[in-house]
Amino acid sequence: MELTTVWFVLIAVLWTGYFVLEGFDFGVGVLLPFLGRDEARRRTVVRTIGPVWDGNEVWLLVAGGATFAAFPEWYATLFSGFYLPLFLILLALIVRGVALEYRAKSDSTRGWDRAFFWGSLGPAFLWGVAFANMVRGVPLDAEHEFTGSLLTLLNPFALLGGAATLLLFTLHGAIFLALRTTGDLRQGAGRIARTLAPVTLVVVLSFLVAAGGGLPVRWAAVGLAAAGLAGALAATLRGRDGWAFAASALAVVAFAAALFTGLWPNVLPALNPANSLTVTNAASTPYTLTVMTWVAAVFTPVVLAYQAWTYWIFRRRLTGTT
Amino acid sequence: MDVLDLSRWQFGITTVYHFLFVPLTIGLSIIVAGLQTAWHRTKKPEYLRLTRFWGRLFLINFAMGVVTGIVQEFQFGMNWSDYSRFVGDVFGAPLAMEGLMAFFLESTFLGLWIFGWDKLSPRLHLATIWLAAIGTNISAYFILAANSWMQHPVGYRVQNGRAELTDIWAVLTNSTTLVTFPHVLFGAFLTAAAFVLGISAWFLLKKRDTPLFRTSARLALVVALVSAVGVSLSGHWQAQIMTEQQPMKMAAAEALWEDESSAGFSLFAVGDVENGRNHINLQIPYGLSLLSTNTLNGEVEGINDIQARYQALYGPGDYRPVVGLAYWSFRLMIGFGLLAALLAAAGLWLTRRGRLPAGRWAYRLAIAGIGLPFLANTMGWIFTEMGRQPWTVFGLMRTAAAVSPGADVPSVAITLAGFTLVYAVLAVIEIRLLLKFVRIGPHEQAEQEDAAVPALSY
Ligand code: HDD
Ligand code: HEM
Ligand code: HEM
Repeated sequence: MELTTVWFVLIAVLWTGYFVLEGFDFGVGVLLPFLGRDEARRRTVVRTIGPVWDGNEVWLLVAGGATFAAFPEWYATLFSGFYLPLFLILLALIVRGVALEYRAKSDSTRGWDRAFFWGSLGPAFLWGVAFANMVRGVPLDAEHEFTGSLLTLLNPFALLGGAATLLLFTLHGAIFLALRTTGDLRQGAGRIARTLAPVTLVVVLSFLVAAGGGLPVRWAAVGLAAAGLAGALAATLRGRDGWAFAASALAVVAFAAALFTGLWPNVLPALNPANSLTVTNAASTPYTLTVMTWVAAVFTPVVLAYQAWTYWIFRRRLTGTT
Repeated sequence: MDVLDLSRWQFGITTVYHFLFVPLTIGLSIIVAGLQTAWHRTKKPEYLRLTRFWGRLFLINFAMGVVTGIVQEFQFGMNWSDYSRFVGDVFGAPLAMEGLMAFFLESTFLGLWIFGWDKLSPRLHLATIWLAAIGTNISAYFILAANSWMQHPVGYRVQNGRAELTDIWAVLTNSTTLVTFPHVLFGAFLTAAAFVLGISAWFLLKKRDTPLFRTSARLALVVALVSAVGVSLSGHWQAQIMTEQQPMKMAAAEALWEDESSAGFSLFAVGDVENGRNHINLQIPYGLSLLSTNTLNGEVEGINDIQARYQALYGPGDYRPVVGLAYWSFRLMIGFGLLAALLAAAGLWLTRRGRLPAGRWAYRLAIAGIGLPFLANTMGWIFTEMGRQPWTVFGLMRTAAAVSPGADVPSVAITLAGFTLVYAVLAVIEIRLLLKFVRIGPHEQAEQEDAAVPALSY
């Protein structure tokens, strides 16, 4: 395999990891006002992700850094082009991170809970908007600079993409909460998951189908996403939380796979195909890619091992009543 | 103001703000890990209480360091897209390595440390804080390697309109990185030590938990003095390397207009930038030659001569940074740092053999001293970054060519205002929270609030 392909796949894997892991974090934040009737329950809801959310967020930082190192043109065009949406995402991640850390330390938790809710809902929606624009293509000039405006990015297809990720992450979060809690919290989360799953299935599928085109492998990914969502619903109905979580995680993986296989061999298609950024014209030199491949080959397994171990340590369910 | 000015303000404000939290994280993580190790070894309960107390303040600070760091990671693409295109092949590598090797380590193991007190064996739990602390230090190394490459590019060639990496090892062992890293680390330890000292002094003044905070204060004084010596020595090496690599920065730092041997170290100057000379210049004889060449009569180049040389080399243009800013930020960095060192030395004398000073002024001074290293750090970065101007990458790319061509004034103005506003609000919240937990002190109440955790069901 060519190194540019390896790095396209690696960056896809990093985004996929980010969506799977921080996806349920976002879902937990969106569900907080619906499940946390009293302070004890809210505390439990937040605590399900307490030890892990920061590590989950690093997947995003590494995806950003890896894009900078392997495809500088992609990094430069994407983040300068999607300027204001990215700014909103950054603001959301700031208030959300502070809310998660300061909530338990403050006298009043109301404001922090609101920050956590909006700080989760915003990025869960906006990442969908951003990726929808990425697969659909954006106006780029010959210098690869974005020439559109904020309104270019807020087209109906992109809003559908935002709805798809928001629903997908919220469902994923509900299933995660059902897995990590007991009693009425677990029941409430299960109830929400059952209601959300059919809607999510419809919206996610219409988005992926509307995105259209692509290689056969992309359609396999779309099918897998549908199967994952259906499986998550079936397992939730039977009260098999572990299986439900595995299925919704599979759905998120397949969703991301459908996006990235639809992109290939572009990294950022332009409305005028002559100006598109591709894995070749956006890439770093073979030397840089070789160096980075060695670094990734050594450290990725180590990171995966200790993150998995963390989830193992915090595997026990939390009760909602203190 | 145009997009370039706004982008520069935005980068300066967000990065300086980020760096208010960074040194405290770096220094305090090691201090907390050290205290927990002492508890592990001796099983004395006071070490556990100190670990918990300083650990709590450390976490409040860490949260701000993390959320402000996220902005840094994306800013290069947002506001400096032509910069990112030009340097990505070289500069992206240390940034990606930082994420993979350091950010994962610190965030994952800190999560384990916070929530793992009753889940991990004591030894394993101790290991988690050390791994998190090591992560913060690795992170500093890589980001400083990236920054040093902008000060002194190595291991690259310019081809296809961009800088391409030819030797990663050269980038990671850049002479500039090797002297910058210890300087920043010692600066971070000085910051953490002043923080611990000032808060301990407050408790001693209030006569609360005196034995506990006497221990803290002594520890902090020793760390402060060692770091102050370290920061001065490493700063001296930096000045020598800088004289060689960026003579203009050194000349601006000294307001030295003409080449001079046996140059004096300027203490106070009033200059005339238009005509390239000083009206008043109070000097320590031979000081500058000694600092930058290790000899009394070494030759140091002056601004006017370097300007002429650079015009011949890089074409017409103004290659002088804002001289007044470089001059004063350099002086203030050293000044604030030396003041902190003086305080530490006086403190060690006053507390010799278990004594505690009787007068209230000593404690008040120690409390006020918390601010000194923060100011020194800020001045240090302003000097390093502003002294490099007009270059973003020294000798290769000017700041004016680095900015995103597609960015428009309203967008950048919105984000600049947005970040500044949110950062200001967060600063107030963070300081209030720190004060709240300082007031509570190392007590059960804090433990309960902190650990307000639901029971586990098995
Ligand atoms: C990895 C790269 C990097 C690193 C570690 C830093 N900087 Fe820097 N700095 C830049 C990369 C950079 C830059 C992107 O290249 C800027 C933007 C415009 C410029 O010329 O350099 C810059 C500009 C810049 C400015 C404004 C200068 C101007 O626009 O004239 C300030 C005040 C700082 N920086 C301060 C800092 C601080 C406090 C840092 C500590 C965290 C810091 N820099 C680390
Ligand atoms: C302008 C360049 C910089 C970028 C792009 C950057 C990026 C980041 C990011 C993304 C984080 C969050 C990591 C997490 O979630 O754990 C972070 C935190 C951190 N950064 Fe920076 N950073 C910059 C400058 C610096 C410098 C110069 C240093 C050290 C000398 C530094 C040291 C740290 C440390 C120790 C943390 C840990 C969190 C904390 O500060 O409390 N950073 N940085
Ligand atoms: C005798 C005392 C000191 C000397 C001679 C000194 C020297 C220097 C020099 C020459 C630089 C610029 C390096 C470059 O741009 O290439 C620098 C940068 C810096 N200094 Fe100092 N310094 C001193 C004290 C301090 C103190 C006390 C602190 C903080 C507590 C500090 C913090 C910094 C920081 C954060 C930077 C920017 C990062 C870097 O380039 O290393 N310095 N110092």
